[in-house]
Amino acid sequence: MSTATSNGKTAARAPKSDPLAKVATWADERTGLAGLAKKQIRKVFPDHWSFMLGEIALWSFVVLLVTGTLLTLWFKPSMGDVVYNGTYDRLRGVTMSEAYASSLNISFDVRGGLLLRQVHHWAAMLFIASMLVHLMRVYFTGAFRKPRELNWVIGTLLLLLGTLEGFTGYSLPDDLLSGTGIRAADGFIKSVPLVGSYVSFFLFGGEFPGSVIIPRLYAAHILLIPGILLALIGAHMLLLVFHKHTQWPGPGRTNDNVVGYPLLPVYTAKAGGFFFVVFGVTVLMGGLLSLNPVWMYGPYDPSQVTAGSQPDWYMGWPDGALRMMPGWETHLFGFTLSWNVFLPIIVLPGLTFTVLLLLPFLEAWITGDRREHHLLQRPRNNPTRTALMVGLMTMYAVFWISGGNDILAIKLNLDLNYITYFNRVAVFVGPVLAFWITRRWCISLQRADQERLLHGYESGVIMRSPEGAYAEKHVPVSADEAYTLTARDRDEIAELPAASDENGVRNRNAPLQRTRAKASRFWFGKNIQKPTAEELDEAKHHAEVELRVHEDGHQHLMSDGYSGNYELDGQPADGHQFDGRHDTEGDELRKGH
Amino acid sequence: MSEDQNFPAAMGHPTAHDVEVEKAAAGDPVADPGLAAHEPRPTDVDPHAEKRAERQIATLFGLSSVCAVLFVISYFVFKVGANPTIIAGLGASNVALGLTLGLALLLIGMGAIQWARKLMSDVEMVEMRHPAASSAEDREAAISSFQAGVKDSGIARRPLIRNSLIGALAFLGLPLIVVLRDLGPLPGNKLAHTVWRKGMRLTNDIAGTPIKPEEVEIGQLINGEPAIFYAKDAQGKPVIEGTELLQAKAKAAIIIVRMKPEDITPLPNRRNWGVSGILCYSKICTHVGCPISLWEQQTHHLLCPCHQSTFDLADNGKVIFGPAGRALPQLPITVDSEGYLVAQSDFHEPVGPSYWERG
Repeated sequence: MSTATSNGKTAARAPKSDPLAKVATWADERTGLAGLAKKQIRKVFPDHWSFMLGEIALWSFVVLLVTGTLLTLWFKPSMGDVVYNGTYDRLRGVTMSEAYASSLNISFDVRGGLLLRQVHHWAAMLFIASMLVHLMRVYFTGAFRKPRELNWVIGTLLLLLGTLEGFTGYSLPDDLLSGTGIRAADGFIKSVPLVGSYVSFFLFGGEFPGSVIIPRLYAAHILLIPGILLALIGAHMLLLVFHKHTQWPGPGRTNDNVVGYPLLPVYTAKAGGFFFVVFGVTVLMGGLLSLNPVWMYGPYDPSQVTAGSQPDWYMGWPDGALRMMPGWETHLFGFTLSWNVFLPIIVLPGLTFTVLLLLPFLEAWITGDRREHHLLQRPRNNPTRTALMVGLMTMYAVFWISGGNDILAIKLNLDLNYITYFNRVAVFVGPVLAFWITRRWCISLQRADQERLLHGYESGVIMRSPEGAYAEKHVPVSADEAYTLTARDRDEIAELPAASDENGVRNRNAPLQRTRAKASRFWFGKNIQKPTAEELDEAKHHAEVELRVHEDGHQHLMSDGYSGNYELDGQPADGHQFDGRHDTEGDELRKGH
Repeated sequence: MSEDQNFPAAMGHPTAHDVEVEKAAAGDPVADPGLAAHEPRPTDVDPHAEKRAERQIATLFGLSSVCAVLFVISYFVFKVGANPTIIAGLGASNVALGLTLGLALLLIGMGAIQWARKLMSDVEMVEMRHPAASSAEDREAAISSFQAGVKDSGIARRPLIRNSLIGALAFLGLPLIVVLRDLGPLPGNKLAHTVWRKGMRLTNDIAGTPIKPEEVEIGQLINGEPAIFYAKDAQGKPVIEGTELLQAKAKAAIIIVRMKPEDITPLPNRRNWGVSGILCYSKICTHVGCPISLWEQQTHHLLCPCHQSTFDLADNGKVIFGPAGRALPQLPITVDSEGYLVAQSDFHEPVGPSYWERG
């Protein structure tokens, strides 16, 4: 934007009859945003179903803001005692906290209140689920690479804060189940060495449960955490716009362009419409699928508990780690350290999120890659990365299953103890196995791609040679597909460092460089690299020779296509009958693609 | 953001495009065939299909309006809360409101997306990318501006000012921390004690009635509380109520079980802690503090529903499975002159989850 022209005495004027131009001129003379807007209004976004996952998270957050704001109109975040006197028969006359009473009031006396509560809760589930899946999409496709590492960090923080927001939210109704959750949280805090009981007393305003925890969680839930979430989501979206969205490689889609549809009108309609879809689906869920029926649990009473107590699903994995942990406790010099609580519930989540945050930087260090990447990678084309995430997912799954060990034992009629023993082993063995299998699987898929590229695909056409030998005809893939398959970088394995340079000066960084070289060999060593131009030519030539059925006869299939001699159903049998590459006369079904 | 949208090469520093060219020179086996030609959709070429799509989309939007009106009607027609379990346990009001509002929203979304897919241009557009970094000149200019500003401030030349400012900001942290002090009282030894005292009666937690040993059958488990929770003072007011009651309950809740005396293997110092096979334990799990109540009569095992720690009540509350690190604290009991079960003393150790100063 140049300031010189916009400060002129005569503003550029659009024709007087256009009211939009008038409004735009009025706004621009006060904000000067036209320079920015001209680029963004028709900004191009690429199209792929997987780019929608993060959008689900974004829109469910908006649903949470809308429904949450409405809920605050009726919810009373107070632990003061009241005697319930509302519509719900079974709890009338019971002494309970105002928070719980107002939750019942919202559920039974406010029209649409139960719907609001359920939509809010479903949207929260969806928010965290879609963030998790979006994170996996970004990792598997390499979309976190330079220049998008910061957006990965922001996204990971969003997942962490979203989880905390969920916990503070479902704790607010002060029912028996959520109160049990808060009590467990108090136990977690007390396990922290040195400061645990102090933090607990400060948080609860004295001994558990005290009378302030609900209002304090409320402040965090409706102001502090959503404020940070909103700011981080804003930064996430700004960076997305600045970087421009990644795209899948393909004909005409390169690392230095972005191919797709404009923000106005296509993505305004698609993404804006998708907001209504997400909102609509969560409202349908809130209307049809019952969730967290707090009236069934009763008010919180520290001496009561229900069987099968479980947190919301996204808290399931640390809860599972807690259930799986052996009961180790150290008593030394008059102090107690409960490894059984501190390790699985404080250290493990902290460690997990640290590892998540570091993943892009770890990979960049191993590969030594400093280039910008805007083309997505298929998961198979980075087998070690894919396997690493599948390993982490397996660990998550074992923890998560362990979080429902009692339900599993009851539903599947299994022994609770053996489920736990199994999980204690599986949590270590499972990820290693999953890593190994996934890596082999990816490399096999790379081989299959290579095969397809070099030798074509199986046409399904069986040819008989004059001698009577049968062979399936392989047809070269289209130029578009060949380009798409090869639109990836060759992996570069770091060289082992020399111990000293040519002058005999010792290389001080050798140990670190050696580690890096080893890591890089581990990362890329077994990958299949795309063929060179020569290899591709040679494979083509080889295919021609194979296709030459009779060197001395008159039936030849030339490299440049159909020779005209083979026929199938009265049509040229060049193998393209079934792939839609060209139309077959008289066959309407096969026409086009 | 850079000025020129479509001419990245004019920026004067390497672009992603240059890297791409280099790579191709290094022997990319297949050349880029370029963007495929646009293929028209039926709605692009067939006016009937176009009209039909238009009608479809307008119908979706129209139905949405109908649903919104139905929502308002449902709001006034269906009574809320009278019976939350009609229609699949959901309540008619909730189902009707959810269905109508959900569809009203969903139909707008479907209409808008259909509009984009069928009628808006689907000709792909190409936009060039630019490196995320600013140009080297811009960056240098920014850094030198910053350095000039820092130099102007004289922060490096005047260490006295700099250091005293750093000191002042550091000391400002003190009020910030101190002001949090009144979030709550210090723990003191509150976690180490409960309201149990010598001679306090054990009562059931439903009506607060005291318990006689002969009322407890072998294999039975009673959820109990100290009698003081039900005691009234001279004015008829409860002795403990409100927050204080909840805090006391969180530690003093007990379970009373009766087993065959020959099944019980008490520690030497606990031989007289029970009354003819009746033992009393803390109900609060030593893992993270959930109240425990799943009782297996035959095995004398008590299971915590939160994380499945299992305690053997015939063997001094020992942990036999699960993540708990310590045995369930036992409350020594006896009978008073009227034959009711009473505590001999408070618990001999803190109940509930472990904490650093616990010892």
